[in-house]
Amino acid sequence: MEPVISIRNLIAKYGDLTVLDDISVDIFPGEITVILGSSGCGKTTLLKNILRLVEPVSGSVKFWGEEILDLDDVQMEKILRKLGVLFQSGALLNSISVYENISIPLELHTKLPRSLIDRIIQVKLNLVNLSEVLYKFPSELSGGMKKRAALARAIALDPQILFCDEPSAGLDPLTAASLDELILSLKKQLKMTIVVVTHELASIHRIADKIIFLEEGKMLFNGTLEEAKKAGIPQIDTFFEVGRF
Amino acid sequence: MSCKIVNNILYLEGSLNAETVPETFIEVNSLLKQKSPNTIDLSNVNVLDSAGVAFLDELNTRLSAEGILLFQGATPEIQEVIDSFSSLKIKVPAPERKMGFFEKIGDSLVLAGQNFYNVMLLASEVFYWAIIGIFSRKGQRKGSFTIQCSLLGSQALPILSLLSFIVGFILSLQASVQLANFGANVFIADLMAFAMVREIAPLITAIIVAGRSGSAIASEIATMQVTEEIDALKTMALSPVRYVVVPKFHAITVVMPILVMFSILVSEIGGGLIAIDYLDLSVYTFVQRSINVLTLKDLVTSFGKSVIFAWTIVIIGAYCGFQVKGGAEGVGKATTSSVVASIFAVIIWDAIFSLLYL
Repeated sequence: MEPVISIRNLIAKYGDLTVLDDISVDIFPGEITVILGSSGCGKTTLLKNILRLVEPVSGSVKFWGEEILDLDDVQMEKILRKLGVLFQSGALLNSISVYENISIPLELHTKLPRSLIDRIIQVKLNLVNLSEVLYKFPSELSGGMKKRAALARAIALDPQILFCDEPSAGLDPLTAASLDELILSLKKQLKMTIVVVTHELASIHRIADKIIFLEEGKMLFNGTLEEAKKAGIPQIDTFFEVGRF
Repeated sequence: MSCKIVNNILYLEGSLNAETVPETFIEVNSLLKQKSPNTIDLSNVNVLDSAGVAFLDELNTRLSAEGILLFQGATPEIQEVIDSFSSLKIKVPAPERKMGFFEKIGDSLVLAGQNFYNVMLLASEVFYWAIIGIFSRKGQRKGSFTIQCSLLGSQALPILSLLSFIVGFILSLQASVQLANFGANVFIADLMAFAMVREIAPLITAIIVAGRSGSAIASEIATMQVTEEIDALKTMALSPVRYVVVPKFHAITVVMPILVMFSILVSEIGGGLIAIDYLDLSVYTFVQRSINVLTLKDLVTSFGKSVIFAWTIVIIGAYCGFQVKGGAEGVGKATTSSVVASIFAVIIWDAIFSLLYL
């Protein structure tokens, strides 16, 4: 199977501080890959490097075999249209309503008539159980609602790859579990490839097909959850041991 | 993507996604004008996404109105996509009713009334704590008064002097052309002294302080409100007004007259340059007449009203800051509205003072 994303020898630095040290990993289609590790280990930085929000010092990032670090803005836009990103804080545009937030990608990237856009917005909001907040503004929503609305925006264009940065952080266990269910159903129904950054153990057990374990910018492990538990890497064992209750 | 109607069955073929739906939508619309199918065949649809499903729903809603519509031939995968993305059973909330013209006017009047009442409440609280604060520094950090004096006062001096100089220069230049026509050159000193002391210096200073310090106060308090710092102060049994606003209030009360004094001096220099160079007045005459024409009442009124301006700016800035709700974009709004409201209030005050002490 061809990987959809393939990263080779990625090195990222903030000033003199090396945040990512020689990361090489493949992400395969239709799988949920979880990037995990303790706080400050470079999870979010890895995500930002993959999305080219931060330019890496060296290395290569390929989407569907195409090197994105060399692409110009027009070519990059084509790649970005196939991606959806759910940011840690939701990152909804605050000055417009939830409805308009979700309609932005649909309006600007497709030629769909208004009536169909309205239907798609309703469906996407219904998928995240938020139909009632259609005309509300982000400032009127709770933390969990913002995140779900942001997820609705991220999947507005039915992206082929969905990136989620700590989707369940700050949510109660029930909402977190329903978000996980949602991610699983997106994978199943739309055959979406999903990359999730998280350190919630419950979430990892529910959704992960593959895990990438980072520690101080280095990749300690890449494989399935079962393999990780059997691999006998002390840091990973501690991670799963401490989180159990 | 292709479509055709045979025997009242609409056959859709190929992929039905966000890329192809806009074209197909137009195509099917033109087909529907000729015939109205009762069944849609999906057996040859191989790609379907949420845009495609929205399109099918749209057809469904439209055609069901004319008769019963059936879907046939969808593969299990396609059917699954339809089931998960169908919008037919979703209840959509009604959009909120928009206010009418008169309702809006009434609403904003009520709001303005409430705001005025709340500003007065805050003002009373600020005055209360400010008077107590003169005798007791409890609930205020050490050195905060000095820091605020420097922030609100001395750091405003460069921009204030530059603007005052330019305004004095312009005013004097404009006036001297007219005065020279009447041979009334010497009155430039009277005019500059009067205009600067009684009107322009306090007003310019107030506008600069509103733009510089009023906005800073509003954004500082608004940020503290958004990041729950104000709540944190309350739970530490500290009055936010006493801790945050009072030091600024004390500081501005002291520095504002000094700023005005400075502004008068610098603008007189700007005006004097024109008087001496263009109207051939001697330095002695200019200074002499300027001093003679002014009375103590002029100076007291000038400094007095500048203090009232300063209090207004601090209270409005603090009020706008405390009013912020929601996220970061509230901070920007609070800053803008504090500047607009305080300049407006300053000009209203100025009009009142002009009428009182003509």
